[in-house]
Amino acid sequence: MEDKSEEVKAQKATIVVQSGDMDKLYSALIIANGCLSMGMEVSMFFTFWGLLRLKKGGLESAPLSKMHFLGLGKWMIKRRMKARNVRSLEDMFQDYVDLGGKVLACDMTMEIMGVGPKDLREDLISEYCGVGTYVNEARDSELTLFI
Amino acid sequence: MSEIKINVMGETCPVPLVEFRKALRKAEKGDIIEVVGTHPASKKEIPMAVKALGSELIEVSEEGENWKIRVKK
Repeated sequence: MEDKSEEVKAQKATIVVQSGDMDKLYSALIIANGCLSMGMEVSMFFTFWGLLRLKKGGLESAPLSKMHFLGLGKWMIKRRMKARNVRSLEDMFQDYVDLGGKVLACDMTMEIMGVGPKDLREDLISEYCGVGTYVNEARDSELTLFI
Repeated sequence: MSEIKINVMGETCPVPLVEFRKALRKAEKGDIIEVVGTHPASKKEIPMAVKALGSELIEVSEEGENWKIRVKK
């Protein structure tokens, strides 16, 4: 049973994930999981290239923002990460959901890209929504980021 | 009251912090959580999380690169 008393006055963080690059997804998820671990509530709003990473197999196929070199750079970075025990994006995402993080999917991006809920990782997504939901979350957040 | 042990030896950011938080969420009030690890920053950051979450830090000890943190929920 979870003790709710510790969460009484939880501060909040809202992160817009617009990028679909692997390195930026790492930054977003590490910060988000750090916030959750230190007692904050977190909402991540996935839009545009970020939203596409919520497609089935999307996390695995994220390229590096720099030095991708047709996948060679990514392969090298992943090898170095593995050697240093850095968790995969998939595992970090699972941690995020397990710790109670919310995943908001931008419905306008879904329309533009022709993506339906069936194409996405419905196991991770908490809500399909628009900018109003983001503003509502962000307006009482102590920490807001655009990644 | 039970004692929960977590081993995050060799794990890096943010794993020790996240695993500690997962354990704390599952723990009952009064339970003791013991974390052992090697990631240097986590030795400072887990106590910060303990404070932010209103739990009680019992002990932080180290031996070489290894550290041990004990917390009471």
